[in-house]
Amino acid sequence: MNQSAAIVEISKLDYTVGGRSVFDGLDIEIPLGRVTAIMGPSGTGKTTLLRLITGQVQADRGSIRVAGEDLGALSRSGLYVLRRRMGMLFQNGALLTDLSVFENVAFPLREHTNLPERLIRQLVLTKLQAVGLRGAAGLMPAELSGGMGRRVALARAIVMDPEILIYDEPFVGLDPISMGVIVRLIRRLNDALGLTSIVVSHDVQEISTVADLVYLLSGGKVVAQGTPQQLKSYPSEIVRQFMGGLADGPVPFHFPAPDYFGELLARDGEP
Amino acid sequence: MLRNLLAGLTRSLESLGATSRFLGRLIIYTPGALLRVNLIVEQVYNTGTLSLVIIMLSGLFVGMVLGLQGFQLLQRFGSEEALGSASAIGLVRELSPVITALLFAGRAGTALASEIGLMRATDQLSAMEMMAVDPVKRVIVPRFLGGVIAMPLLVAIFSVIGIYGAQLVGVQIMGVDSGSFWSQMQASVELRDIREGIVKSGVFGVACSLIAVYEGYHSTPTAEGVGLATTRTVVTSAVVVLFLDYLITAMFL
Repeated sequence: MNQSAAIVEISKLDYTVGGRSVFDGLDIEIPLGRVTAIMGPSGTGKTTLLRLITGQVQADRGSIRVAGEDLGALSRSGLYVLRRRMGMLFQNGALLTDLSVFENVAFPLREHTNLPERLIRQLVLTKLQAVGLRGAAGLMPAELSGGMGRRVALARAIVMDPEILIYDEPFVGLDPISMGVIVRLIRRLNDALGLTSIVVSHDVQEISTVADLVYLLSGGKVVAQGTPQQLKSYPSEIVRQFMGGLADGPVPFHFPAPDYFGELLARDGEP
Repeated sequence: MLRNLLAGLTRSLESLGATSRFLGRLIIYTPGALLRVNLIVEQVYNTGTLSLVIIMLSGLFVGMVLGLQGFQLLQRFGSEEALGSASAIGLVRELSPVITALLFAGRAGTALASEIGLMRATDQLSAMEMMAVDPVKRVIVPRFLGGVIAMPLLVAIFSVIGIYGAQLVGVQIMGVDSGSFWSQMQASVELRDIREGIVKSGVFGVACSLIAVYEGYHSTPTAEGVGLATTRTVVTSAVVVLFLDYLITAMFL
């Protein structure tokens, strides 16, 4: 992969939270125009990585370049300009609960542009049509199901025509039909709008059908990368455990604990 | 023990400093926010109009009690006619601003704090940041300004209804002469009494709104955190209002 084709470049990234190292020399390149998945067991800092890429938190060391801009060197206003070129789908949708579906999708347009009402209406309705929810324009977020809420959030994320679309756990808590809808939308939006998509997830099945490239994170590092097919036959214990969904392996089933029998037989009050 | 006391003092000074810096940030953003009038109007409605019922009812009862107590007291000295000026001065200078501010903290302040806290807990504020919209500008400043504008209006309404309540009991029921009730009030209430009331309502408006939005914005994004922020809003507002009330009263003497 040559340098110019990467839209997000992360090199030698270190990040520590509360004395616990989350990333230790992380290197990731996200190619332009593809669907890239970031996978890994819970607690490996996938969501933290998204926060780093979007500049919500700062790295301790190392550099993150997004669309040619070095995040560490950007001012607050520079960061806001860059963010207009990104869209993000939050895990729970994060719709503004005091606004209707229509107004939620129109929100970025109203905040950043002076477009006439007629044009805003057209843009919003086209985006809602793209996610299949034009008929729900008048509803309030509380009236939507989880899957519908996420689709509305997706319409809102693409309304400013971003170059990068980021999905944080888009499949969590969805029924199989909604899951299929989201998978299809990720692929279709990516190809139709010429986006670069970054999907953080741990749903192996869904990711395999949609991703072009997968990074598997564990212990603050990339342990494997490649197409979903390549990963399935990857010669590594941890990759096999993750892709096969095995309960025990390099990632232990048990949280670190003192000796089991010792603790059971210990007297009350003694650790 | 002494160390704990010192640590507590440092902590409260720290939070006072943080709140002041937050206020500075709100003030810097205020000119820009004033351009978007409809956002502020919406918040004046939420904090002001929706508090009207509780403010008017409380004003009426406080005025009625004032009429009753005042009448009993003044009657001992044979000066029931002074009831008009006594209740008006008491209300305008002291009771209206303080009671309105306490009710405001309970009704509007808690609503603001929990709303903002829940917006944080459900990622709505992060979502705005990701849409390159500063949540402080879009969410916090209009709510703060809405409260600052609503408070003096509520205080004025409280005073008017309170005086009506005093009149209701004093004149209609207890039989104080209506002419002397009003003329004594007119003769004795001075501009500086009104000014004191206005200054208090303005300062309380800033304090209560600031505490509410600060607590909401900085709440821990959990159910427990939002609950705690709401509680702290009421407690802090009440203490701060009563403390500032003493300061301003002393200043106006």
